[in-house]
Amino acid sequence: MKRLNVKRVKAFLKVIAILVPLALNVDSLVAAPHDVAAVPAPAVEAVQGGVQAAPEEEKAGDVIMHHILDNNVFVFDPFGEIHLPKIPLVAGIDISITKHVVMLWLVSAALVIVFSVVGGKYKNMSARQAPRGLANAMEALVEFIRLDVAKSNIGHGYEKHLPYLLTVFFFILFCNLLGLIPYGATATGNVNVTLTLSIFTFFVTQIAAFRAHGVKGYLQHLTAGTHWSLWIIMVPIEIIGQFTKPFALTVRLFANMTAGHIIILSLIFISFILKSYIVAIAVSVPFAIFIYLLELFVAFLQAFVFTMLSALFIGLATAHEGHDEHQAEAAHH
Amino acid sequence: MLTSGIILLAGSLLSPNPGLIFWTAVTFVIVLLILKKIAWGPILGALEEREKGIQSSIDRAHKAKDESEAILRKNKELLAKADAESDRIIREGRDYAEKLRADFTDKAQAEAKKMIASAKDEIEQEKRRALDVLRNEVADLAVKGAEKIIKTALDADMQKKIVDSMIQDLSTKRN
Repeated sequence: MKRLNVKRVKAFLKVIAILVPLALNVDSLVAAPHDVAAVPAPAVEAVQGGVQAAPEEEKAGDVIMHHILDNNVFVFDPFGEIHLPKIPLVAGIDISITKHVVMLWLVSAALVIVFSVVGGKYKNMSARQAPRGLANAMEALVEFIRLDVAKSNIGHGYEKHLPYLLTVFFFILFCNLLGLIPYGATATGNVNVTLTLSIFTFFVTQIAAFRAHGVKGYLQHLTAGTHWSLWIIMVPIEIIGQFTKPFALTVRLFANMTAGHIIILSLIFISFILKSYIVAIAVSVPFAIFIYLLELFVAFLQAFVFTMLSALFIGLATAHEGHDEHQAEAAHH
Repeated sequence: MLTSGIILLAGSLLSPNPGLIFWTAVTFVIVLLILKKIAWGPILGALEEREKGIQSSIDRAHKAKDESEAILRKNKELLAKADAESDRIIREGRDYAEKLRADFTDKAQAEAKKMIASAKDEIEQEKRRALDVLRNEVADLAVKGAEKIIKTALDADMQKKIVDSMIQDLSTKRN
C-alpha cells in the first residue's frame, strides 16, 4: 500500500515536471504580445533609475515601498484605509502618529496583556508548582534570556540588567512577529526604531561601564591599556568603537527585518510582473511561503541577536579585563 | 530584486524621523517600566526561588545520602562489634560453665566423701550405743532369768556367786 503511494507520488511529480515547463511555454506564448511589452520594462527602469518606468513596475515598487516605509495611512485592502491623525509640530518636531507608532503601541499592548497574565500566574503560584500553558511558554524564553544570554555574557551582577534585556527581547520579538501578520507593519524594519533601541543599549552599556570602573577606570579603558605614546591613535579608535556597536545593532536588525519583507513582496510581484498564474503557483507562492517561514525564524533570531549583543556589550563594558596589567603597572612603579 | 535595489537607493529607508524616535523611546520606556512592575519582578523572583529550592533539595538529598551512608557504616560497625561481643560472651559462658561443672563435680565428690565419712562415724556411734543398750538389756534379762531360776533352785549365796561371775564375765567381755 505504502509502495503504491510512493509510486503514485513519483508519477505525479514526473507529470508535473513535464507539464510545468510546457505550461510555462504555453502561457508565455499566449501572453506573448503583452510580455514583449512588459519584459523590457524592468530593464528600462533599472537603467533610468525608475524615472520613466512602465506603469506596472512602478506600481510594484510603490506597493513594496508603501509596505516597508512608515506613513500615516493604514491600508486594509480591499476594505479601505485608516488615515492616522496629524499632530501639530512640538518643538519643531513632527510627532504625529504613524503606522509604525501604532504598531509599537499594539506591540506594547500585546506585551502588557501577555505578561500581566503570566505575571499574575506567577504571583499566585507557590514555588513548588510548575507553570502551565502561556506561563510555561514565556518562562522558557525568560529562562533562556536569563541564563544563556544575561548570565553567561554579563556574569556577576547580571540581575540588574535583566529587566532591560528581557523587555528589549520581547519588544523586538513581538514587533517582528506582528510585522508578519497581514495588514501589519514591521516597526523593527524602520531604522529610527532600531536606532532608538540601540541608543538605549548604548546608554545602558555606558552607565554600566561607569558604575563598574568609575570615571578613572572608564578613561583608562579608553586607552586600552597601551603605552601613552599610542594614545593618540587608541583613544579615538576606542571612542569610535563605542559608537560602532550600537550602529551595528541598528543596521543589523533594521536590514534583516526589511530584507525579508522586500524578498517576500518581490517574490509575489514576480507573478504580477510576468502576469502568469503558473509562475504564481510554481514560484511566487512556494518561495514566498518558504521565505515567510524563514522570517518567522529570523524574527526570533534577530530578537535574540539584539539581546545577545546588548548583553555582550554590557559584559565587555563591565568586565575587569586588563586587571593584571593594572597590577603589573602598579608593581612596576 | 531590481525594485528592492531602487528602494534602497532612493534613501527613504534611511531617512531620519525624530517623531518616530521620540515615540519609540517613550513607548519603550513605559513598556519597560510596566513590565518590570507586573512581570519581571514576579517571574524572576519565582524562577530564583525555584532555582534555590532545587539547589537546596539537591543539597539536602546529598546530605541525606551522606548521612544514611554514615549510619549504614555505623550500623555495620555496631553489628560487627555485637557479633564479636556475642562470640566473646558465648565463649566466656562456655568456659565458665566448664569451670563450674568441674567445680561442682569436685565439690560433690568431696561432699560425698565427707558424707560417707560422717555416715561411717554415725554408724560406728550407733553401733556402740546399740551395743551398750544391748548389754544393759542382756544384763537385765540375765538378772531376770537368774531371778526366776534362782527363786526356784538356788539359795542366796549361790545366787550372788553366779551373778558376780556373770557381771565379771560381762565386764571383761565388754572391755
